[in-house]
Amino acid sequence: MLDVPHWPGHRAGQHIDIRLTAEDGYQAQRSYSIASAPEDDGIMLTVDRLEDGEVSPYLTDVLEPGDELELRGPIGGYFVWDASLSGPLLLISGGSGIVPLRAMLRHWAAARPPVEVRLLHSARSLDYVIYRDELVGLAAFEEVDVRIALTRTWPDDWLGQRGRIDRGFLKDAAWPPRDEPRIYVCGPTGFVEATAAALVENGQQPNTIKTERFGATGG
Amino acid sequence: MSYLLDGNAIAGDLFVVFGREMSTVVGRCRKCGAEFPVAELCVYVRAPGTVARCPSCDAVVMVLVTIGGTRHVHLPALEFDE
Repeated sequence: MLDVPHWPGHRAGQHIDIRLTAEDGYQAQRSYSIASAPEDDGIMLTVDRLEDGEVSPYLTDVLEPGDELELRGPIGGYFVWDASLSGPLLLISGGSGIVPLRAMLRHWAAARPPVEVRLLHSARSLDYVIYRDELVGLAAFEEVDVRIALTRTWPDDWLGQRGRIDRGFLKDAAWPPRDEPRIYVCGPTGFVEATAAALVENGQQPNTIKTERFGATGG
Repeated sequence: MSYLLDGNAIAGDLFVVFGREMSTVVGRCRKCGAEFPVAELCVYVRAPGTVARCPSCDAVVMVLVTIGGTRHVHLPALEFDE
């Protein structure tokens, strides 16, 4: 959670760039999606710690409350959703790709526009589902539907998708193209490309699909 | 492991260079004529410098490098109407 003086406010889906400078002047910069809604207090980031990363281990292991960071933002005007936009809203994420979509869901919950929302989220196992309790809470809204796909291991009584988010799952879980869903896909590059291709094969219009790729860029 | 990202990842650097939010700006590839928002560029951040390719024909359309602490943008095959 960051307290940013003079923060101009952000839109759900935007990110910030964080820059770290070593004592010898070496700099490393990474982009992180904002996990909090515009209506939330403070700026919340969710950082996926990469073992050999330059920035994420510092943020997760070294940084302490009260420390200062150099950041730039809010950034991005493409992968953003605003409650004034028409629906339905289809959010699809893999792994930590859920972070900007969580901001959109929280924005929806704060603004409560007459828009139906569906989140399709893919994770290795139940333990890897970020914001699990919060997602359960959001699913209690009548307009919100959360569907989880577990790709590697699942409980014996798991009723959700077993395996990847594929064309068949998307056919069943996505609104048909005639309903003109507004679609956001975020996750690792391979996930985003496979999902976007499957959506188009299922007849969704490419110009209704917005994508953002998360990558192992040195973390 | 792929180091392919997209134009969203360089929006901050482009803001500094162009002085505005660039991810929604539509660019045109001079090699194949395809038009796309900057956010949809294929961006390789692990090249020497950052390389952005056309999502349609894979031509190198933009290169970002830092020299002496200053960001420089080279546009070998990308043009904007705006």
